Amino acid sequence: MSSMFDSAGNTPSIGLSEEQAQLIDVAAAFCRDKSPIDKVRALMGDEQGFEAGIWSEMAELGWTGIAIEEEYGGIGLGLGEVVPLVEYMGRHMLASPFVPSVLAAQAISRGGTQAQKQHYLPQIAAGGAATMALCEDHADWNLANITCRAERKGDALTLSGQKYLVLYAASAAVLVVTVSLDDKPALLVLDADMVAGRVTRETIIDETQRSYKIDLNGLTVPTDSLMDVDLAADTLAHIELAASLLLAADMCGGAYACVDYTLDYLKTRKQFGKLIGSYQSLKHTIVDAHQSYERARSHLYSAAYLFGRQGEGEVAVRMAKSEAGEAMSFAADRAIQFHGGFGFTYDCDAQLYRRRAIMGCALHGDTRYHRRKLADLMF
Amino acid sequence: MSEMAEFDQKDLDAFKEQAQAWFNENAPREQDFMLPLTFMEVGTDEQFNFLRDWQNKVYEAGYLGAHWPKEYGGGGLHKAFQDVATRVMSAAQTPIMLNAIGLNWTGPLLLDRGSEDEKQRYIKRILSAEDIWCQGFSEPDHGSDLGNAQTRAVRDGDEYVINGSKIWTTQGNYADYMILLARTNPEAESKYKGLSFFLSPMKGAGIDTVPIRKLTGEYGFTQTFFQDARIPADCLMGQEGEGWLIAMQTLEYERGARSGQAGGHVMMVSDPNDIIRLAREAQLNGKPAIEDEVVRQELVALMSEARALGLASRRDKLAPLTQDRPMSLALGGKLSSTDFYQRLNAFAIGLQGTRAAYYVGDDSAHDKGVWQRGYLNSFSATIGGGTSQIQRNIIGEHVLGLPKS
Repeated sequence: MSSMFDSAGNTPSIGLSEEQAQLIDVAAAFCRDKSPIDKVRALMGDEQGFEAGIWSEMAELGWTGIAIEEEYGGIGLGLGEVVPLVEYMGRHMLASPFVPSVLAAQAISRGGTQAQKQHYLPQIAAGGAATMALCEDHADWNLANITCRAERKGDALTLSGQKYLVLYAASAAVLVVTVSLDDKPALLVLDADMVAGRVTRETIIDETQRSYKIDLNGLTVPTDSLMDVDLAADTLAHIELAASLLLAADMCGGAYACVDYTLDYLKTRKQFGKLIGSYQSLKHTIVDAHQSYERARSHLYSAAYLFGRQGEGEVAVRMAKSEAGEAMSFAADRAIQFHGGFGFTYDCDAQLYRRRAIMGCALHGDTRYHRRKLADLMF
Repeated sequence: MSEMAEFDQKDLDAFKEQAQAWFNENAPREQDFMLPLTFMEVGTDEQFNFLRDWQNKVYEAGYLGAHWPKEYGGGGLHKAFQDVATRVMSAAQTPIMLNAIGLNWTGPLLLDRGSEDEKQRYIKRILSAEDIWCQGFSEPDHGSDLGNAQTRAVRDGDEYVINGSKIWTTQGNYADYMILLARTNPEAESKYKGLSFFLSPMKGAGIDTVPIRKLTGEYGFTQTFFQDARIPADCLMGQEGEGWLIAMQTLEYERGARSGQAGGHVMMVSDPNDIIRLAREAQLNGKPAIEDEVVRQELVALMSEARALGLASRRDKLAPLTQDRPMSLALGGKLSSTDFYQRLNAFAIGLQGTRAAYYVGDDSAHDKGVWQRGYLNSFSATIGGGTSQIQRNIIGEHVLGLPKS
């Protein structure tokens, strides 16, 4: 991964690899073509929630294996290369199990056994959807706060509890599940058929995505589903940062889309004989939303650049997520308001973005949560 | 990208080391008077003379205008060298470069569109601080509405006769030259086409400056009065009627939308880390303020903004990350940075508890009152060079394509 864009002089805290630069162009065109807004709205009413054909195309482009090591059938790049893809998926609200699949692969790659890596990673790289079962009824963002339990019974583990907000679970072939084992966090990798009949769709605020509840009570799984217990804490920390980075990318894309969508209206809608975009109360506010987006994007690509580095990398990721959450929430909130009466209707796309921003903040921490963590890291 | 091939990284690294060593050795230590934090705060002769000498010394050492053409007095190096030198000075928090208008606006303007004669006459003396430059754009009745400037310039033989008044002339009482926007044709078809641009001497009959006392109680600006002042006709830059065009180009240097500035920092921006130190020292409910959860939230938000400002200038050089709206980061920089420093200073005052009440000159003031003074002075940046409200219009119209207000 050569880095061609580093500015001369100091160690840059932002930079772009050639691959990232190319992926920006490829992702921009792909997401624009494959996910026009009428398609987004049509898929909202579809049970599966995404188009299998587009998912296959993404796999053929190699996207599902970008951050998976070459020895396991991936391309061997980093999460930084995944960022442009997710950013443009966010801009166009392109629906697919992409992000949960990337995260599941990250978890397995980081904390799985050799056998699990060999079995599951090539499958995910080839386009088998995967997902993460992390959230619980207590709704705490702390991934180590786990009440679902696993108990050893001979060669098997018996599970109890329920998992929530398991994205695209109905389409996933592989699930990574967190449980408490011997009062310590542990992760399991399960094949979808093991949870057959236990998956129930949830009604979530963002209708462009799919989410499911999974009932683990009484489920028995083989012990070799267990990932490396010694790596569990480290893996959870990695998942939180990886997820935060990708959600930051998604919301950064969303913030851009909100501003863009609102600008179209401000440039065409007339009131009192003037285009409403000429009124400064609207103009200045949309400029503030735009500036906030730009700030978030600078943080995003710095976080993509620094991802995986101790200390500095974590600060960059948490700043990226907190700023992206703020930027998209504000831009989408004002997008509804600035569309006036139309903004209050289901037909106006502003609500799609606002709902998506709430979803993006609900998963893996909102702005306040990450700032609290940052404070502990910084002072 | 193409810049990478034009110089040897080893030379740049060596230059950086040299610069660090030079500034280490030569940076002035503590003075018994307070140095201005920005070029807009030069209020006493003591400050002026000190900063003029310092700029001259930096120039002679090769760390100012290092990338300007050799034939006019620059160093003839790649721009990356000056950027490194500037970063070294900023990091070392050395005193500011005095001749800001000359270095940042007049100089690049002359290099980009001046005549050979103008470049020969002015460029070197700008760098050496032999000629101090000021700017005559704003007028008492026309601040944000620059196109409506009413100062008159009437051609009379080999001279122009100037009448009118300019305001917010930074270093007006010290300046040798002014970049002057004046109306040569009141009958022109538009207010913009009646304007012309002059490189006007400041020391002459009929030109008077009156210091303006700022909200801090200090000086740094003047109002400049022209009363039948006669300046040579060759002071006209370009043609009559091109004033608006040239003034707009000048503002692009000021707003950072065009490059070519001589380098060196002209503002001592408070290091955002200073505020962390302040939050550790300040007491809140019997504990260091930095332990308060609300303070911590706000502090992180401010630190995130500070980091984004630094990232933006680097990101602006990465074309794939600016292709949606190429002018956005450049035109948005002034608004985001000036606004940020204002809020940073205000927040710092709020951290001080009852000590917030003190001001420069009192022994009880925190850090000699630097935050209080900095806050009041911060308005020069959110008002001068186009107010934050005008900046939002500019970004809205030129970056986002919204209709004019």
